[in-house]
Amino acid sequence: MKLNLIIGLLIVLLLGGAALIGAAWTPYHPMQLDMLNRLAPPSFGHWLGTDEFGRDVLSRLMAGATTSIAIAVTTVLMAVSAGMIIGLVSGSVRGWTDRGLMAVTDALLAFPGILLALALIVILGAGRTGIILALSLAYLPAVIRIVRSAVLSIREKEYVEASQVIGNSQAYTMFVHILPNCLAPISVMATSMFGWVILAESALSFLGLGVAPPAPTWGNMLSASQPYFERALWLSLAPGACIALALLATNLIGDALRDRFDPRRLQA
Amino acid sequence: MATYLARRLSMMLLTLSLVAVTVFVLVRLVPGDSASLMLGEAGSLEQLAILRARWGLDQPWPIQFLYWIKGLLSGDFGVSTRTGEPVLALILARFQVSAVIVLAAMTIAVLVAVPVGLYAAWKQNSWADLAVVSVATLLLSIPSFWLGLLLLVVFGLKLSWLPILGYVGFGEDFSRALSFVILPVATLALIEIGVLVRMARASAIEVLRLEYVTHARAKGMPEWRVLAFHVFPNAFAPTLTLIGLILGNLLGGIAVLETVFTLPGMGRLLVESIFARDYPVVQGCLLLTGVIFVLINLIVDMLYPIFDPRVARA
Repeated sequence: MKLNLIIGLLIVLLLGGAALIGAAWTPYHPMQLDMLNRLAPPSFGHWLGTDEFGRDVLSRLMAGATTSIAIAVTTVLMAVSAGMIIGLVSGSVRGWTDRGLMAVTDALLAFPGILLALALIVILGAGRTGIILALSLAYLPAVIRIVRSAVLSIREKEYVEASQVIGNSQAYTMFVHILPNCLAPISVMATSMFGWVILAESALSFLGLGVAPPAPTWGNMLSASQPYFERALWLSLAPGACIALALLATNLIGDALRDRFDPRRLQA
Repeated sequence: MATYLARRLSMMLLTLSLVAVTVFVLVRLVPGDSASLMLGEAGSLEQLAILRARWGLDQPWPIQFLYWIKGLLSGDFGVSTRTGEPVLALILARFQVSAVIVLAAMTIAVLVAVPVGLYAAWKQNSWADLAVVSVATLLLSIPSFWLGLLLLVVFGLKLSWLPILGYVGFGEDFSRALSFVILPVATLALIEIGVLVRMARASAIEVLRLEYVTHARAKGMPEWRVLAFHVFPNAFAPTLTLIGLILGNLLGGIAVLETVFTLPGMGRLLVESIFARDYPVVQGCLLLTGVIFVLINLIVDMLYPIFDPRVARA
C-alpha cells in the first residue's frame, strides 16, 4: 500500500507549503478589516470568500496553517525529546527512579490526553505558549511509556550486553546502542501525535482556550464561523477541511510507517 | 481467576489514589485560590482570612488533601463558587447528558464496526476491503466538531428535519429529547466507526492466519461458524481494550461536541466553570472523569478473560 504514503505526503506538501508561504506572504493581510465586503462568497478577488469582518479567508487559512503547524511541530519535538530522555533513563536505570517515574506517568495516563491538556491550560494560561506546554505535558506520559517499553526489550539483547562487557559506560551504551533501536516505534508515535496535537489545538481554540482572536488558527476560525453558517457556509467548510486533511495525512503516513516498521503486520 | 481479580482490584485502588493526588495538585497549582477569586478586588484581608479558614485553605497541602478526601468519601465534593450549589449534584445532573450520548454512540459504533471490520478482513485485499479501509480512514480523520457542524447544516438547516438548538431531558419528553441527541450521537458514532473498523479488521486478519482457523475449515466447518465462533471472539479482545480507551477519550473530548450542539453536558460544564474560575466544579469534573476512566479500564480488564481466558491464568 504505497498509495497511502504518496497521498499522505502530497497533503503534507500542500499544507506545509501553504504554512511556509503563509509565514512570509498572504494574498491579503490576515487581519485586514474590510467592512464593505463582509461575508462575501468566494470570487476571483477572494478565492475562499471573506469573513464577518471582511477579512480574506484564504489569507487567514494560510496564516492559521503557519500557527497550527508551528504549534504542533514544537509540541511534538518537546514531548518526544523529553519523553525519549526520561523513558531511556527510566528503562535503563531501573530501581526506585524507574518506579517513581512510572507512578507519576501512570497517574497522568489515567486522564484522557485532551482533558489533561485542558486542566494544564487553566494553570498555564491560554495562548500559544500555554497550549504548547500544556499539550507537550499532556502527551509526555504516553511517549515515556512507549520509549521505556522499547528500552526494556532492547536492553536484553546481546549487543547491549556485549557493549557492557567491553567496558562502555552506561551512558554510552544508552545513547549509542539502545536509543537508535527505539527510533522506529518513536517515529510511528510522533506521527500520530502530530495529528492528536493538531486536533487538540483546534479543539482548544474552538472552545476559546487556545490562541486568542484576531490572530487566526483553524480552530478559532471554525468557532467564529458558527453564527454565520446559514449565510456563509464557506467560513465553516474551509478551516474544518484543513484540520481534516492534516489528520488524514498523519493517519496515512502513520499507517505506512507502521507497515514499514512492523513486519508482522506487513505480511498480514 | 480470583488472583487475577484481586490483583486487578488492588491496582485499581492504587491508580484511584494517584488520580486523586493528581487532581488535587493540578487544582492547587492554579494561580489564586477560591477565596480570593470569590471575593475579588472588593474583599478585605479579614474577609479573605475568614473564608480561607472556613474552607481550610490556610492549612498545609497534605492536611487540605486529607480533608478533601474525607469529604469525598462522604459525598461532599464542596460547593460551586459560582452558584453555591453542591458540586456533586451539579455534575451528576450534567453527566447524564454526556453519558447518554457517549454510550449510545459507542453501542452503535461497535454494532456496525465489528461486523464490517470482520467482513473486510475476510475479503482482505479485495475492492470491498479497500473501500472499507478508505472510508474508515476518512471518517476517523474528521474532527467531531466539524462533522457535527456539517450535519447540523444539512439536517437542521437545509432539510429542517431536526432542531438546531436546545435540549430536553429524556424524562420530560422522550421523542423531543431523542430529536436533540440524534445528531451528536450520529457524529460521534460515525467517527468511532472509523477507528473501530480498522482495529477489528487488523485483529481479524491476524486471527484468520492462525492454524486453528485452517483446522476448523479443513474439518469442513461452515465458513459462518468459523467466523462467528473462532475468529470473532479472538479478534474482539484487542478491540475491547480500544473501546475502553475511546470511551475515556470521548468523555474527555465531549466539551467541543456539546458546544456545537449547545447541550448541557459535563464537558460544557467543565468549560463554563473554567471560564468562571469555579475551581471546585473544575476539580470535581476532572476527578469524576479520571475515576470513570479508571473504572472503564477495570471493566474492560474484567471482561477480557471472557474472550481470551489465557489472560486470567497468567
